Amino acid sequence: MSALFPTTRQSPSFGRVDQIMVEERAATFTKRSIKAESKMEGLRLAFSMLDLTTLEGRDTPGKVMTLCHKAMHPAPERYGVGPVAAVCVYPNLVPSAKAFLRGSSVKVAAVATYFPSGQSSLKTKLEDTRVALNAGADEIDMVIDRAAFLRGEYAKVHDEIAAVKQLCGDVHLKVILETGELVTYDNVRAASMIAMQAGGDFIKTSTGKVSPAATLPVTLVMLDAIREFFFATGIRIGMKPAGGIRTAKQALQYLVMVNETLGDDWLTPDMFRLGASTLANDILLQIAKGVDGCYQSGDYFSLP
Amino acid sequence: MSKKSKKLTTGVATLVAPASHAAIVPVRDRHLRFNERWNYSPAPEVHTDIKIQPRYDLFIGGKFVKPSSGKYFPSINPATEKQHAEIAQGTAADVDKAVKAARRAYEKTWGKMPGRERGKYLFRIARLLQEKMRDLAVIESLDGGKTIRESRNIDLPLVAAHFFYHAGWADKLDYAFPGRKPQPLGVAGQIIPWNFPLLMAAWKLAPALACGNTCVLKPAETTSVTAMHLAEILAEADLPEGVVNIVTGFGDTGAAIVNHPDIDKLAFTGSTEVGKIIAKSVAGTRKKLTLELGGKAANIICEDAPIDQAIEGIIQGIYFNQGHVCCAGSRLFVQESIVEPVIRRLRNRLSTLRVGDPLDKNTDIGAINSREQLGKIREMVESGKKEGAELFQPACKLPSKGFFFAPSFFTGVTDSHRIAQEEIFGPVLSVMTFRTPEEALERANNTPYGLSAGVWTDKGSKVFKLATQLRAGVIWAETYNKFDPASPFGGYKESGFGREGGKQGLLSYLKLG
Repeated sequence: MSALFPTTRQSPSFGRVDQIMVEERAATFTKRSIKAESKMEGLRLAFSMLDLTTLEGRDTPGKVMTLCHKAMHPAPERYGVGPVAAVCVYPNLVPSAKAFLRGSSVKVAAVATYFPSGQSSLKTKLEDTRVALNAGADEIDMVIDRAAFLRGEYAKVHDEIAAVKQLCGDVHLKVILETGELVTYDNVRAASMIAMQAGGDFIKTSTGKVSPAATLPVTLVMLDAIREFFFATGIRIGMKPAGGIRTAKQALQYLVMVNETLGDDWLTPDMFRLGASTLANDILLQIAKGVDGCYQSGDYFSLP
Repeated sequence: MSKKSKKLTTGVATLVAPASHAAIVPVRDRHLRFNERWNYSPAPEVHTDIKIQPRYDLFIGGKFVKPSSGKYFPSINPATEKQHAEIAQGTAADVDKAVKAARRAYEKTWGKMPGRERGKYLFRIARLLQEKMRDLAVIESLDGGKTIRESRNIDLPLVAAHFFYHAGWADKLDYAFPGRKPQPLGVAGQIIPWNFPLLMAAWKLAPALACGNTCVLKPAETTSVTAMHLAEILAEADLPEGVVNIVTGFGDTGAAIVNHPDIDKLAFTGSTEVGKIIAKSVAGTRKKLTLELGGKAANIICEDAPIDQAIEGIIQGIYFNQGHVCCAGSRLFVQESIVEPVIRRLRNRLSTLRVGDPLDKNTDIGAINSREQLGKIREMVESGKKEGAELFQPACKLPSKGFFFAPSFFTGVTDSHRIAQEEIFGPVLSVMTFRTPEEALERANNTPYGLSAGVWTDKGSKVFKLATQLRAGVIWAETYNKFDPASPFGGYKESGFGREGGKQGLLSYLKLG
């Protein structure tokens, strides 16, 4: 289907990443001192970029309802916190989520394509996606075939993504690379390029089921790839680090990195998302501290 | 799918806009925008608790003494242009007193002291430096204009590291050079520059003391304050009187040290111009000399380099410490096929550099050290423009007071431009292109200097090939401006001779029996 990527292990030139320098650069973003107004502004921005996530076997419509309500009405009005960007659930729970979120700006994202392992046939993956789409999902979070990628079958990886995108049409497609399984930064960069090339609207680090999940250097490698893709094609691809981002401080570090790598056009929920579950309350805690002047206990914030 | 796609190419990979995407930004609008949506609030390092004394005297024979001239000169904060202290103006008579004190200390205590005892003092100094690290970093930034980010994260940790490292050598000198018996030289005269005031003092004092020499140190006139705080630390560490003497002043004070007959060893870091004068003055005398002078380093980026990280290396190479670095990578050689992506990224990256208050924790580029230096940088940049090179500076607002210069780079530079030949010692980069690595090598070596160079390629074999043929004392591969006390530093040709740091650095302060 695609002539761009060879079917044998013969690496096309995706550009290379130097591990030491990229980690050093990523660490510099953690040294920025974000205080006062810029901190409050950053926290509110980060909150609006959240994909509030629950991806567990024990998820029920009841659990999803709690999550959706939190997504729409996260905190008392005086904190000036708007709704999050999206909730992220399994395909089965999309109908519930859609129903609860009716009339709000919060989108429903569904994981699909045999999430989290992706170890099934393309047919099954497409069917999985179709279930989510038919239920009304606004966004699809798909996983790439890591086994194929690591074997060097880049064309297979590419064509699967392209097939899913074809099915999605205008529905936003986020492509999960599962960077924790790709091992090297060179691989992360190559996988990012393939995912963007194949039609992904967003690239996303992790499923949250594999450790390590999102890290600053991995996200930086992906942001660099997005920049290169933008210069080459004129298309702005979004970025979503997911998994392992638990504190407001970390969220601000990611924002600083986006701010200084891709700049203003990516500092919106349309182009940058944070996939997390426990992060929401830590951000609220910090915002409440900024507004009220003192820290509250966790009991003052509803469970996500 | 690829049939319907529009094909576009970059230097690195062939990328195609997928047909499914509607919003394609036309080529002319493919820019990144910065600093409009989310700006960082000021984050100044609090320094109300830190005291700069109104007046600093000389440190001779373990005591703070007034200069024989009775004169003091002002020390100003380059970020505000306000005077914050007065520095004693040492004279030839003061230098003579200092050399005598050093000679006495060498003969009576320090020269005879066993290495393991000397080591204890050095360890104590290192620990005290660590304890006072934050205060010293703030003073360094106030006095010299460098950012608190760098003085706190780079300068001060390295200062302490140099004392720790050399403390370890003090009792092991007998084993450093098998079959030889190392002996101290005597009294060392040491003249240091203003770009890394405390770090240069540490580079000079630590090995000299570890090897059993005593010292007369002259800090640069614009950055004497931290040297005097170092003197307090030396006193607090109970270093025997006269082992280290610090005489502040201008060029004539330095000349008095250079020409003093009872100096055994001279170490100078500074400009090539002054280095030559010193070399002439000591020619024919018994004085041992090491010089660490200017540079015009080449940073070579090959087309197979990891470009995004190489950009960081370029930034570290030339904009670190406002470009006041003798080993700054001020000549950038970019392979032809990647010129466009490199320049574009450089422009973007420069737009995110924050210029301003050195004490703001988010400032990347602080104040130029002095009005005089700012004038030199401006003059060089004007010459670049006049000679037809194209200047890029990001749109950044410079503070109205103080000495500031926006990070800049020139394209359209040839080897014969002044900005490609002379050391600017400021945040100004000259970008040139090359076709083959052989050509890059030839042009990189085509300079009177030979202090440092950088190589960026994904091919290990190319790193070794270039590194062995580049005529420079320090060569960094896939990184830049990395320093460690265990790594010898120094140049050749007009960048000087002798090494500082590492085992090789000890040889500058020893005679081998």
